[in-house]
Amino acid sequence: MIEFADVSKSYQGTVVLGPVSGVIEDGGITAVVGPNGAGKSTLLTIIGRLLDPTSGTVTVGGMDVRTSKSRDLAKHLSILRQENHMTARLTVRELVGFGRFPHSQGRLTPQCREKVEGAISFLNLADLADRFLDQLSGGQRQRAFVAMVLAQDTRYVLLDEPLNNLDVKHSVLMMRQLRRAADELGKTVVLVIHDINFAAAYSDRIIALRDGQVVTSGTVAEMMDDAVLTDVFDTPVEVHHINGRPTAVYAA
Amino acid sequence: MHPASSPKAFSMSRRILLPLVAVAVAALIVASLLVGGYDITVSNLFTDPAARNMFVISRVPRTLALIFAAVAMSFSGVIMQMITQNKFVEPTTAGTSQWAGLGVLTCLILAPAAPPLVKMVVASGFAFAGTMVFLGVLRRITVRSSIIVPLVGIMLGAVVGAVTTFLAGTFDLLQSMSAWRSGGFSGIVRGFYEPLWAVLVIAVLAVVMADRFTAAGLGKDLATNIGIRYERVVFAGVTMVALATGITSVVVGFIPFLGLVVPNLVSMLLGDDLRKNLPWVAVIGTGLLLACDLVGRTVVAPMEIPASVILGAVGAVVFIALVLRQRRHVSA
Repeated sequence: MIEFADVSKSYQGTVVLGPVSGVIEDGGITAVVGPNGAGKSTLLTIIGRLLDPTSGTVTVGGMDVRTSKSRDLAKHLSILRQENHMTARLTVRELVGFGRFPHSQGRLTPQCREKVEGAISFLNLADLADRFLDQLSGGQRQRAFVAMVLAQDTRYVLLDEPLNNLDVKHSVLMMRQLRRAADELGKTVVLVIHDINFAAAYSDRIIALRDGQVVTSGTVAEMMDDAVLTDVFDTPVEVHHINGRPTAVYAA
Repeated sequence: MHPASSPKAFSMSRRILLPLVAVAVAALIVASLLVGGYDITVSNLFTDPAARNMFVISRVPRTLALIFAAVAMSFSGVIMQMITQNKFVEPTTAGTSQWAGLGVLTCLILAPAAPPLVKMVVASGFAFAGTMVFLGVLRRITVRSSIIVPLVGIMLGAVVGAVTTFLAGTFDLLQSMSAWRSGGFSGIVRGFYEPLWAVLVIAVLAVVMADRFTAAGLGKDLATNIGIRYERVVFAGVTMVALATGITSVVVGFIPFLGLVVPNLVSMLLGDDLRKNLPWVAVIGTGLLLACDLVGRTVVAPMEIPASVILGAVGAVVFIALVLRQRRHVSA
């Protein structure tokens, strides 16, 4: 269970998040949605201990992210940010291998290698495994980073806009893989996502943020509602059921 | 994608190229031991005591000094490139070496009779402080494009170099400082080069920490995600670079661009997984510095051109080639 209590973040007196409190239950996929500047990424990076909150506490699976040892946390919690500016020239396999660092401290065991190969094939990267990252397209690189996080094999996986850089086909494939990671590997996946319809199609729960506050949260069925979405996005949204799927229509 | 850069063709050329490089560097080491004013051959080493003396007192120390200095500067380059995430940063483009020079001068002014160890501690201290200043400035600027970062370092280095020159002029030490600036190996003899053995300790430490430095090269967020304490790795890296640069500065002098050229060459061939490529950084760095030193020893014999002068020329060309290559990559 992920719990955040009275979490806020401000820069030079300007509050960008909170104070917010909430709980993310174990298992399944939770999508964090909301308009630009709502504080979605800020909340996710604070939960992932990459950013210190101005106030409040966060516990992930009972571990306080600010006081627990980073190395211990890395075995329970992984986080991938949206932009991964890196200049180091690594092959896909080398990068994914670094996902095992919390477990092996660099000396890959046979079990580690198995997890690395598993993560590579899980994201259909087998053909690219020996390529350098700078020889890949943006979407392929994004998949390599997600493979690294999956090789880390943590119970909690936080992803900030994992569909960034991906076309429709690869977005669908990525969401299917994350669904499998949640269903087959029992992971708790939390992701920030822009496309409300992708969130509705593949996640179990949705948390909506606006202006640094949690507006509302609930199951997909509860959240995919004209009034709720119109309020969250501050723009007219209609939800239609197409082939039984709730689909938000907003380009009226 | 060019056919030549497909992984298979690449690993083939690597398999042939790297052993060739190793053989070439071994040959350079032998050449460095045998070439010089005094005629030393493999056979007269065993028959002529004077030749043997010359060999042990001058040639071996000089060659070892070249190897250690090469490892010190190329490892420093790799480490700095990882912790700044910038391919153009190395001790002379970040101001580290210039600060070490200011430290050397400070010793000459305040305690000219200080033993080498004291000079090294002072030079390393200055190098450490200077590198921290550089990193501090980097943190405060928002535009961290690949060219801005080394520009900041080069400007800081130029300011420190100017202060050094001014102080040297004031205290009538310009000649010592210009000798320092053209770091050469002609004066290296037994009893003088030994502190460079400390480089070996730093090199071993770098190999032990290789994965952490590579992880730092992934950026602060990814490094933190896998449980690495990023700030600690940066601190350790800066300390090692400052020590390596400080020691090399006191014994040899200013060695420009080696830390830039070598890691970039190795990165192109093998990538940046330091565990895999640090041995090759050492080998290729040694080869390049030995080659520059040998050229400097032979072209104007019996006079010498300092290795750093030749390296400066080679390094400048490679630096520009890298910048152009990078631009092509970005626009492509």
